[in-house]
Amino acid sequence: MFKYVARRLLAAIPTLFGVACIVFLMVHMLPGDPARVIAGPMATEADVAQIRESLGLTKPIGEQFLTFMGNLLHLDLGISARTSQPVLSEVWARLPYTFELALVAITLATIIGISAGVLAATHHNSLTDYLASALSLFGVSMPVYWLGLMLIVIFAINLHMFPAAGADQPISFALPGLTLALYATGLIARMTRSSMLEVLKQDYVQTARAKGLSERVVVYSHALRNTLLPVITIVGLQFGTLLGGAVLTESVFGWPGIGRLLVDSIFARDYPLVQGIVLTFSTMFIFVNLAVDVLYAYVDPRIRFD
Amino acid sequence: MLTSTQESASTSSERTAREESQLAEVWRRLRRHRAAMLGLAVLVLFAVLATIVQFVSPYDPLKQVLKDALLEPSLTHPFGTDYLGRDILTRMLYGSRYSLSIGFGAVAIGLAIGVPVGSISGYYGGWVDLIVQRFVDILLSFPGILLALSLVATLGVGIENVVLSVGISSMPNFIRLTRASTLSIREMAYVEAARCLGASNPRIIFVHVLRNALAPVIVQATLSLGSAILLAAGLGFLGLGVQPPTPEWGTMLGEGKDYIFASPNMITFPGLAVFLAVLAFNLLGDGLRDALDPRLHRR
Repeated sequence: MFKYVARRLLAAIPTLFGVACIVFLMVHMLPGDPARVIAGPMATEADVAQIRESLGLTKPIGEQFLTFMGNLLHLDLGISARTSQPVLSEVWARLPYTFELALVAITLATIIGISAGVLAATHHNSLTDYLASALSLFGVSMPVYWLGLMLIVIFAINLHMFPAAGADQPISFALPGLTLALYATGLIARMTRSSMLEVLKQDYVQTARAKGLSERVVVYSHALRNTLLPVITIVGLQFGTLLGGAVLTESVFGWPGIGRLLVDSIFARDYPLVQGIVLTFSTMFIFVNLAVDVLYAYVDPRIRFD
Repeated sequence: MLTSTQESASTSSERTAREESQLAEVWRRLRRHRAAMLGLAVLVLFAVLATIVQFVSPYDPLKQVLKDALLEPSLTHPFGTDYLGRDILTRMLYGSRYSLSIGFGAVAIGLAIGVPVGSISGYYGGWVDLIVQRFVDILLSFPGILLALSLVATLGVGIENVVLSVGISSMPNFIRLTRASTLSIREMAYVEAARCLGASNPRIIFVHVLRNALAPVIVQATLSLGSAILLAAGLGFLGLGVQPPTPEWGTMLGEGKDYIFASPNMITFPGLAVFLAVLAFNLLGDGLRDALDPRLHRR
């Protein structure tokens, strides 16, 4: 087990390095002079020169790259061009909001998705089944930004049931959480349904039925456990994706997470902050996926660690 | 000499006939797939309306008529007007030109790079495969919209850069898929036969392997059209895609967001268009999957 985790961690290093390279290139491949872009159209020649100096852009690109990578190893993501605060502390201050929102969304998606999937499979080809399939199809086709706006129109503006924006009270999670959850709900429902249909055809389910167990016991204590194995992977991967999907949801609801910070930084041309946030998102995504693989290997003894 | 020409002529015509009947067979199965036909009908409708809108609608999609701003739906403006007095229905139909073209353009880029790279990676294996797969891993480490967003932040906004960014984001899936098909096709007897007959590696890849790897790629391309439209509209919504006043659906949503309290019409209809188009491509893609693989039984 330990060896497996260690090997997976080692394998993540080249990927992380590649992501860091791309993020570095992003800023250095900007058409034109990044210093001038950051300074804006009103800046004087001296301002641009000063920004160029402060970003280290006067040094050769190889040296800049080594400095960038060296700083990363010390978790130094640079200084925000807009607020002059360290990028890491800016990201760190906003990260919990994104994380909590993603956590609420994945919890909702898991509960609704698995229930819908199980219901669809146990009522195969019935109205329930079709409704669950429609839910998955709607989930993957719905633009989250539109869903979010429509929820605001219906539940915040017309019915006054939930706040339209902000993150200051538990009820603020309702609309953004639901919005962010829908896509994952659809995928989890679809996966649970097909996995459950597969499992219900297995011999041991027949055996359980043959020895006279009630359908309820067969489904919930025999079949469900094995159904959930592939679902774990989907839930885990979706959690990583939700972190990225938060960019749109946060923009709709004015949620103060790093997704909205990213969009704001792109508009403000705060490239050090953009770099830092993109790196944070990717790193979290890589580690969440790694954790899912390890967890999967742990719960499914058929998967060997070596 | 004469016989050999005749012979080759007859085999080639036989081959085309067989291909035609294969296509006809797929089409026949697809036609029986009600959901897929519904999807196709919606897409055809969007395409037709996008083509004829300039002859049918009395309104200009860009011209501002400020005295008619934020009108509710009526007979003259079926979906109402936006904050600059422009007819929302007209803009929405012009918008399908942009959104559908962006989708097709982006998927074309994803296919054009992803399919050759994926088949070469799967066919040759070894270090080529290793490098390509590491690269795909890196691209897939940007969750969801993040890769396209980073690319647009680097390249700048505007329709060309949106197509390019969304196209590059769709590429890893095509590489993975083509590689996986190539890996299994590479071991087939007919590939070995082609090799024995002296076919070159490029010929084997682009004639024999790709032809047989096509079915899953077509399905993926159809589904990708939906996600490309979704992604491009997302960028437009954030203000980082196609720029106003161009009536792209996402851009219209982004503009409408600021008028959500005054008039939800600016949001309801362009969003509905995105949803319907994406839903239609998903229905069509699922139907194509069933039609192209008759062994697959629908559960």
